[in-house]
Amino acid sequence: MARNGEQLLLLVGIPVLLLVFFSQVDILPTQGLSSIAFLVPGVLALAVMSSAMVSLGIATGFERSYGVLRRLGTTPLGTRRLVLAKITATCFIEIGQLFLITMVGLALGWRPNDSNWLLIVVTIALGTICFAGIGLTLAGRLRAEVNLAAQNGLYLVLLLLGGVILPNDELPRIAESFAQWLPSTALSELLRAGVNGQDLAMKSLVILGVWSITACTSAVNFFKWSG
Amino acid sequence: MNMRNSTSENALSVRNLVVDYSDLRAVGNISFDAKAGSVTAVIGPNGAGKTTTMEVCSGVRTATSGTVSILGLDPQRDRLEMNSRIGVMLQDGGVYPSARVGEVLEHYCNLFGNRQRASDLILAVDLGSKRKATWRKLSGGEKQRLSLALALAAKPELIFLDEPTSGVDIVGRDLIRELVRNLANSGCTVILATHELDEAQRMADHVVMFNHGRLIADSSLQDLLGTNQTVTLRTTNEIDLTALAQHMNCHVEQNGTEIRLLRSSDASFIARLSTWFVENKFVLNDLNSGAPRLEDIYRELNSASERVDK
Repeated sequence: MARNGEQLLLLVGIPVLLLVFFSQVDILPTQGLSSIAFLVPGVLALAVMSSAMVSLGIATGFERSYGVLRRLGTTPLGTRRLVLAKITATCFIEIGQLFLITMVGLALGWRPNDSNWLLIVVTIALGTICFAGIGLTLAGRLRAEVNLAAQNGLYLVLLLLGGVILPNDELPRIAESFAQWLPSTALSELLRAGVNGQDLAMKSLVILGVWSITACTSAVNFFKWSG
Repeated sequence: MNMRNSTSENALSVRNLVVDYSDLRAVGNISFDAKAGSVTAVIGPNGAGKTTTMEVCSGVRTATSGTVSILGLDPQRDRLEMNSRIGVMLQDGGVYPSARVGEVLEHYCNLFGNRQRASDLILAVDLGSKRKATWRKLSGGEKQRLSLALALAAKPELIFLDEPTSGVDIVGRDLIRELVRNLANSGCTVILATHELDEAQRMADHVVMFNHGRLIADSSLQDLLGTNQTVTLRTTNEIDLTALAQHMNCHVEQNGTEIRLLRSSDASFIARLSTWFVENKFVLNDLNSGAPRLEDIYRELNSASERVDK
């Protein structure tokens, strides 16, 4: 998937651009953190969504329209192994993203003094399973073009309502009470806790866990090989 | 036909298969078998239900009703086991445009995991010089040959070939036909869907003909050709075709001075025909009794089925 330029923009370009821009243009409310300490975990959450959901989902949608999935469906691969392979491949991309965002963050003055790296890694793994499940569920059911639009639309909604670059408590009341149950909120809150050495938010962990199981089960069950 | 028992020597067995699309019956209650190690040609016009039937048999599509057994397995329930033992060559596509020939084959060989070597398959389909080429750069014929190689990566006991030579030049065709023949000789059951009746006639042991989602023939090639010998002759006289058809009890058609009869396997056919001409004092020229072309039989059966439909 990394052979295509547009994927590179989505996977690296947008997260790094947001990180650089909003750390330099200090207009965001940051819940008492320095803007860079607030942004690094948010952008990490965004990176997980872009690689696990959007990039993977769109690529899988095109694999269907090219007939690649129909052909793979005639091999002993099976849905479960396909989903597992895709999630594993995504993890490798995320290692690159994590490295790059950490480097850019460090260059912009971020200091990971109290970071809980175990929590960060576990959260990213859980987030990957969750968002890959969502992306593959959409890709498994929608036509390639509709899927492309749906993935991008969902990305934007989750970006705005997920506490990624804007804290959810700045949202209108109704939006906030809705946003607290979103997987993007859970992901960014857990990453923020991990990066800044805060206490583990159990509620977020449960929400992300439930989303992961649901999304992955639906990806495996609703997946169709042919168009 | 529906009540035939499927025996263990049948590698494929279809019983009362019905496939409906949202508002269309694509396949309506068909049954047929393919003997292990034989080449079965599935022929019929576009939209006759060939591809749909192949898709159900290869597990890609689910049937509305009816049963299919492939190597004794159920294409839905035993899908993964079945997939590891069969090869499927689909019509068009199925490879990422930016994927390279060598990589794709390597990948499929690994997926099947039965020690088939990508480098051997590349040579077998004569794509040795295209190892590094991407799918989008391949010609139509090269794509077909790669598709066949991907199906062969399964080391299949049974292989589905959907229009394997469409868009392939003459050299490529010969290569594909030879590969298929070798497969059959080595005991692999071949199910070949094709428009090319000449190809079916050259390669098949058994022929299954589709029209409008129904079977209009299911017979060995030998029987089909044997019971449908054609006799052509020329005459300068006005012939009453109906009388001739009645006398010979067969289908007769006229094309200019040429008259064509679709004969039965009756040994006295030619003798009775010549006697009729002598008795009526008609001139009889260029009498020719040849092996019929599958194409003629196909036309005849198709038009007969259209008449039944009306």
